[in-house]
Amino acid sequence: MTRDKTEIRQVLNRTFEALLPLVAVPLALLIGAVMLMVLKVNPLTAYGALIKGAFGDVSGLTQTLVKATPLLLVGLGVTIAFRGGVTNIGGEGQIIVGALAATAVAIGFQHAPGVVLLPACLLVGALAGAAWGGVPGILKARLGVNEILSTIMMNAIAVQLSNYLLRGPMIDPAEIEAGTRIAQSALLPRSVWLVRLVPRTLLHGGAILAVVLAVLVYIFLWRTTIGYRIRAVGENPEASRYAGIPVPFYQALSLILGGAFAGLAGAVEVLGVQHRMLEGLSGGYGFSGIVAALFGKLHPLGSIPASVLFGGLLVGADKMQRAVQVPSALIDTMLGLVVLFVVGSEIWGRSRARRRETHG
Amino acid sequence: MGDLFTLPVLIGILYSGIRLATPYLYAAIGETFVQRSGVLNLGVEGMMLMGAYVGFLVGMKTGNLWLGLGAAALTGLLMGVFMAVISVTLQAQQGISGIGLHLFGLGLSSLLFKMTLGGVESIRGFAPIKIPLLGDLPIIGEAMFNHSLLVYGAFLLVPVSNFILNRTTFGLKVRAVGQNPQAADSVGVNVTWIRYITLMIGGALSGIAGASLSIALINLFQENMTNGMGFIAVALVYFGGWRPYGVLVGALIFSFVNAFQLWIQVKGINLPSDIAVMLPYILTIVALAFSVQRAKQPTALTKPFERGEA
Amino acid sequence: MKSKFVWIGLVLMLAAVFSACAPAAPQTVEVTRIVEGTPVVQVVEVTAAPVKEEAKVFRVAIVMPSSITDAAFSQSMYEGLKVIQAEMGGESMMEIAYSEGMFNVPDAAAALRDYASQGYDLVIAHGSQYGTSLQQVAPDFPETSFAWGTSLDTFQKDGIENVFAYQAEAQEGGYVLGVLAALMSQSGVLGVCGPVEAGDAKLYVDGFKAGALATKPDVKVAVTYTGSFSDVSLMAAAAETHMAAGADFLTGSSQSVVGAIGVAKDKKGYWLGTQWDQTSLAPEAVMASQVYDWTGVIKDMIESRQAGVLGGKAYTLTFKNGGLVIKYNDKIEVPADVKAAVDAAIDGIQKGEIDPLAVQ
Repeated sequence: MTRDKTEIRQVLNRTFEALLPLVAVPLALLIGAVMLMVLKVNPLTAYGALIKGAFGDVSGLTQTLVKATPLLLVGLGVTIAFRGGVTNIGGEGQIIVGALAATAVAIGFQHAPGVVLLPACLLVGALAGAAWGGVPGILKARLGVNEILSTIMMNAIAVQLSNYLLRGPMIDPAEIEAGTRIAQSALLPRSVWLVRLVPRTLLHGGAILAVVLAVLVYIFLWRTTIGYRIRAVGENPEASRYAGIPVPFYQALSLILGGAFAGLAGAVEVLGVQHRMLEGLSGGYGFSGIVAALFGKLHPLGSIPASVLFGGLLVGADKMQRAVQVPSALIDTMLGLVVLFVVGSEIWGRSRARRRETHG
Repeated sequence: MGDLFTLPVLIGILYSGIRLATPYLYAAIGETFVQRSGVLNLGVEGMMLMGAYVGFLVGMKTGNLWLGLGAAALTGLLMGVFMAVISVTLQAQQGISGIGLHLFGLGLSSLLFKMTLGGVESIRGFAPIKIPLLGDLPIIGEAMFNHSLLVYGAFLLVPVSNFILNRTTFGLKVRAVGQNPQAADSVGVNVTWIRYITLMIGGALSGIAGASLSIALINLFQENMTNGMGFIAVALVYFGGWRPYGVLVGALIFSFVNAFQLWIQVKGINLPSDIAVMLPYILTIVALAFSVQRAKQPTALTKPFERGEA
Repeated sequence: MKSKFVWIGLVLMLAAVFSACAPAAPQTVEVTRIVEGTPVVQVVEVTAAPVKEEAKVFRVAIVMPSSITDAAFSQSMYEGLKVIQAEMGGESMMEIAYSEGMFNVPDAAAALRDYASQGYDLVIAHGSQYGTSLQQVAPDFPETSFAWGTSLDTFQKDGIENVFAYQAEAQEGGYVLGVLAALMSQSGVLGVCGPVEAGDAKLYVDGFKAGALATKPDVKVAVTYTGSFSDVSLMAAAAETHMAAGADFLTGSSQSVVGAIGVAKDKKGYWLGTQWDQTSLAPEAVMASQVYDWTGVIKDMIESRQAGVLGGKAYTLTFKNGGLVIKYNDKIEVPADVKAAVDAAIDGIQKGEIDPLAVQ
């Protein structure tokens, strides 16, 4: 009987901790309300627009899920990296090269049958991202170059590479014809367009792929030897070294896998949403994916609701901007406050967890 | 190609490189203090933008640039306190709290700019001051000793911060807190307070970094004018092995290569501009990869401190 | 018997009344379309019922990648809208809604869709990267007029009839300012501070080079690109580099030129601006600017829509149609013969005798 009660209490406590962010968010929004009032906007109207915009109708809900997809994919990569004890801030660059690679393959082999081409594009995107994460990974493993430095640098390099390719070798031939030379690739063949889940919306099959991958990542990290070793290296590199686990190898592997997921996110965005590669595709997902992963407590399954909620916040905030016409700078400020408050509220969850452990 | 390695070009690279390096130096040395005490602050960019804005606004409205500079430092300091509350007292995940601070600073600076100034305008900022004697030296005099006070300040900061970190009791405490907070705590060092102080120092310096742009180097404020400099500054701390002189080397490499690639373009050398722009980033990685020393990062970096933890 | 006649008379009267209210014969209108890069004039049937001249608020929404205070591309369009708003009688007659900072293309697509579904009459997608999004959104809102810049593609080849397109022939002003710089430069060295080598910026730079070299074949024109539209600090370094290489006249494009203008001012050089009248940024240094005047385009779009033409027109800003204007800074002395040469260049471009993009 006592065992059942403890288990129930455990579940209740876990749920409470998971729900803590939902308390922090309104607090941040309260400060936002003050700012709105200074700008002579009714906070209730504004926040109503936010919630309705994110979850209130089919259009908003699908937009939220479309935004959540790259957040989840990048978040999965960040989760693996963090669990392996490395920090992957290179998401932006990895998304870009993944998108570029998928585009190149799709256009280069456009006459191949879709059933082969589509998976090939996704795979190539993941591989490109893996390589982009692998460079910092190998530099760290072999030469001890800190990955925060190398991933930040690689982001900038990826942007320039994308500029060069999109206005040069990879530019849409139709653009040259029209004389406008907009920096974007040709439209991808229909055979690789990800299936639309809901007609007249942007929600595409990539969302399902992301959720499936989240489950797979959970299985990978907790039920395979490699996953176990990655987590061991992340939690205690010294002990792992004594146990004979090659720490630098697994750190590099974590960065490679982190990059692969971000690259996949880029490929999915290109195949599912834009149907071509263009500037601004990475859209800050490299950083917001980190936020989503941490909101999900660095657990692949937790990342799913975290991505949806964070995606909803982003979508709803933009809708709010349009509905009440506040400057988008206000939205950035509010989002910053939300992140700070949510992340600052974790302590209550953790101290409760600690008290539980010491008091049995 | 031979046109490129001439004296005027060298002088030009020296001059531009020194100016480019200034904001990086302020911000990165500030962050060095912070990271040495065991905290990672990714929100440097947000602090720089707020510092740039406040420095510009106060400098413009009061006509007193020093007041502007002080206001910028104070703004950064307050943001440092905010960050400390979240990351030190509330022990939040430091990477993510930094991102939140960045968003906050970016949004707030743009919002306040729109509400108070409404449009880009220029200011008469800190004028270049020639250092007597040194400024008259041939070649390097013009390039190195004819800059505004804020530029000189950035470079003077390097030996000063090195001294503070390595030769003062405070510096010792900072380093101890970053290496082994438990041990430091057991000998009576207030870990939390030290981290608050380093975040205040880092914040103030980041604010000054932003002001160096808006009231000395560029002399105006534009939304998001730092455009990623804060993140580069954080990267430079890692490059520099958490030592001020190392950070100086990193800032100079990055800035000089940037100035160099511009000269490559000006001289019309047949290199696509996108490749040229990539050079500073590539070379910074290469430089670190091939540097012999491998500094160890402060052991407690990003780990929140909890008294009594094993 | 009499009542039957009354009834027939009533029916006849009603029949007469109804036939008078029947829709009039379809009206036609001349429209310029871009077919494979060349303008073609066609006659088009007006499809929508003409809107009566009642006092209805005209609602405009604009989505922009940068800020309305960027002293460049976005600000020029926003200010143009404000001018038209004042002409139409203020906010009660024309409502302007805007969303800035939309560099994330899917977010911009959501914004376009949102404004359209909120019933805005004209939704402006002020960024060349928004093209694909517009192609997807416009067909879903056949009653809304959309506008896309900078581009000349109105998607009519896809059967889309409600998209206007607009572009500035930046090279025209570039050419003319190149003439001015070549004539006024004492050192014979000109510096161009470019952002990214694409689109509007490239047109301007190419035009400038052509104009300068056509006027003085031995003048040196150096061009740099910073790889970003917003790196103010690197723009300043670019300006320093040009001036150290001997340039006394600088020019460039994008919002980040504010950095270069500051350097020009400090080092007693001169600046020639584009997209916006940049005199106020440095009255001692800015000699002249090519100003984009979008008011003609905006007015025509509004009037076209009110006449039932919801799209399909492509506009360019040229000297000839008054969309491009060279504004001199009164405080800086320009000799009369130089101004005459500049006017001759403008004239030559208007007449078609000079092609600003002809390869030298």
